[in-house]
Amino acid sequence: MEQLSGGEALIRALHDEGVELLFGYPGGAVLHIYDALFQQDKVEHILVRHEQAATHAADGYARATGKPGVVLVTSGPGATNAITGIATAYMDSIPMVVISGQVESRMIGSDAFQETDMVGVSRPIVKHSFMVQSAADIPAVVKKAFHIASTGRPGPVVIDVPKDATDPKLKIDYEYPQDIKLRSYQVPSKGHSGQIKKAVEVLLGAKRPMIYTGGGVIQGEGCEELTQLTRTLGYPITNTLMGLGAYPSTDKQFLGMLGMHGTYEANMAMHHCDVLLAVGARFDDRVTNSDTSQFCPDATILHVDIDPAAISKTVTADVPIVGPVQSVLREMLDQLDKSDQSVDDQALNAWWKQIDQWREKKCLAVAPAEGGIIKPQQAIQALYELTEGDAFISSDVGQHQMFAAQHYGFDKPRRWINSGGLGTMGFGFPAAMGVQLAFPDALSVCVTGEGSFMMNQQEFATCMQYGLPIKIVCLNNEALGMVKQWQDMQYGGRHSHSTYSESLPDFIKLAEAYGHVGVRIERADELHSKMKEALAMKDKLVFIDVLVDPTEHVYPMAIKGGAMKDMVLSKTERT
Amino acid sequence: MRHIISVLLENEPGALSRVVGLFSQRNYNIDSLTVAPTEDQSLSRLTVTTSGDGARIEQITKHLNKLVDVVKLVDLTEGAHIERELMLIKAKASGAQRAEIARTVDIFRGQIVDLTATVLTIQITGAGDKLDAFIAALGESVVLEVARTGVSGIARGDKTLAL
Ligand SMILES: Cc1ncc(C[n+]2csc(CCOP(=O)(O)OP(=O)(O)O)c2C)c(N)n1
Ligand SMILES: [Mg+2]
Repeated sequence: MEQLSGGEALIRALHDEGVELLFGYPGGAVLHIYDALFQQDKVEHILVRHEQAATHAADGYARATGKPGVVLVTSGPGATNAITGIATAYMDSIPMVVISGQVESRMIGSDAFQETDMVGVSRPIVKHSFMVQSAADIPAVVKKAFHIASTGRPGPVVIDVPKDATDPKLKIDYEYPQDIKLRSYQVPSKGHSGQIKKAVEVLLGAKRPMIYTGGGVIQGEGCEELTQLTRTLGYPITNTLMGLGAYPSTDKQFLGMLGMHGTYEANMAMHHCDVLLAVGARFDDRVTNSDTSQFCPDATILHVDIDPAAISKTVTADVPIVGPVQSVLREMLDQLDKSDQSVDDQALNAWWKQIDQWREKKCLAVAPAEGGIIKPQQAIQALYELTEGDAFISSDVGQHQMFAAQHYGFDKPRRWINSGGLGTMGFGFPAAMGVQLAFPDALSVCVTGEGSFMMNQQEFATCMQYGLPIKIVCLNNEALGMVKQWQDMQYGGRHSHSTYSESLPDFIKLAEAYGHVGVRIERADELHSKMKEALAMKDKLVFIDVLVDPTEHVYPMAIKGGAMKDMVLSKTERT
Repeated sequence: MRHIISVLLENEPGALSRVVGLFSQRNYNIDSLTVAPTEDQSLSRLTVTTSGDGARIEQITKHLNKLVDVVKLVDLTEGAHIERELMLIKAKASGAQRAEIARTVDIFRGQIVDLTATVLTIQITGAGDKLDAFIAALGESVVLEVARTGVSGIARGDKTLAL
């Protein structure tokens, strides 16, 4: 058997697990591991400029590919800097393995230099964590970590590695386990057939059906099955912010995104439906509008999810189905095929007529502004047209995120990369790096706001080092726009600490300082041509600073404490 | 309603903190908690008493089951079960008081396990309400110190919580 040190075994185990890329930042506790990395060429390491960016980049990689993202950080500040990214991945159920260095075992608990109880600090935001006890543990721990991170409802797993476990002088017999059995961790392989049958009966009996799906359909690779089921039934469908791309947005059965900034038609159809099929979605408060007693008052709720705890957590399911979405949807299609019941066409026609009336509202239409001012929505529409709806769009958090979700139509899954659950500003740019590294030839765009961008702008340097030709579309409204919008709507327009136009950097010069290209777009009539030029610079990172109307709000917007049908539609109109 | 949930847990470092952390993180309350290794050294048995309506208890058991260290669990209150708690209690006792306390101990089927000239140490087992009743019977002025183990429980009949 091969003799390897703990550090070598760790890197070899990653390779044996199929890891090609990891994102990290060195420090004292992981120096043995970094030395092992140096002496091999199978696993590539990307040196970021802040550990938070390492986690977001790994996360972006995972969202775009479906494979777990891998992060390596040192103990203490390295580990705590990774926390926001771990929490972000946890909230959106993203598979990730984070390896953190730890002080030597004999020093643990002594407040040693750069000691943090990483297992303790990360406990509420991980799916599971491991503290390596000795070098000999490493292969099995790595195997378990990847298994847990990527199966069932995925999530981040932390492996804390004391420095002495990676000592180059201490060799172990290395063998990577073929597979691993965990008596306390089982993942359901299929849904309950009886429940599925019941769900199909209810679905076919619907007069005003609605399909509502979330990120779980994408994570669970159920998009094809979902599309087939939806088309077979002819029912309307909406996706959550996390679920965009699971069903083609250009299809006529798609009502747009639902929820706080969802479309009028999607939210109205949710409120008035009599049967709701929820798949891989978790009835988040940004969907249900906080008061769940008013949520879908007439609906029989069918809920498919791999996580039993997601079912009946905030909204009680009438027909719960625990199982992997892909297999459950397949079985639904099967049973649909066999059923002698059929869709109530008459009722469905009347329902679609009603929905078409709601669509007439054209809730996302924007009137062009006067004086050549660019509306942020126009910038996203231009991006959509110029990229033919086929780019990977990583987003930050704020108004720009909502405009992107509303106006960039996603026809494919894994193209829309955003922090939905935690809402982490600073996510977009490093996530776009992860996407670009996963797909070097693809167009990786980051839609950001100037506020969010400044939270991880140091990654300009990483992009230069690895030649990542990301296109950054910054909807620059010279403010923390989403905060300002809430202050406009709920705090009498008092913009408490949400503006900073006097102190913004010159983003063009900033990009240039790192060796990149900057393009500024200031007028509506140059929007298309300049963005086209910028996107055409294939092998360069281009920061596109689009100065947009700072007074714009995101609409529709749910009215707090109301039902899904209660929305503000513009500065002057409510439902 | 009060529930007694018994959990078989991997006997691993950090496992207990995951269970306790889950309760505080999700705002579930813990009324009592006992934990010790089982006859199988790789497993601990943990018993937690908590309260909440059906939906809340369902969430608690689902989330416990999701913890990777949790092997199996049972909500004992769903069926017939036996519930026990052990209490050690120090009582101030001199002169005529001693006989009276001894009688109370007898009635509650407790045992005096240690004594000095002024203090009796009593051991008593039973369900929680019996222990409460015993403390009340002694009276506040007499009780010097109370050490309770928290509830442990097991299902009646053939049902077992085992691998
Ligand atoms: C790390 C972090 N801090 C604070 C917030 C709260 N927050 C949500 S949106 C927002 C403003 C974002 O500003 P910008 O990136 O410029 O986007 P805009 O809304 O202007 O489009 C803030 C501060 C957050 N989501 N994340
Ligand atoms: Mg802004």
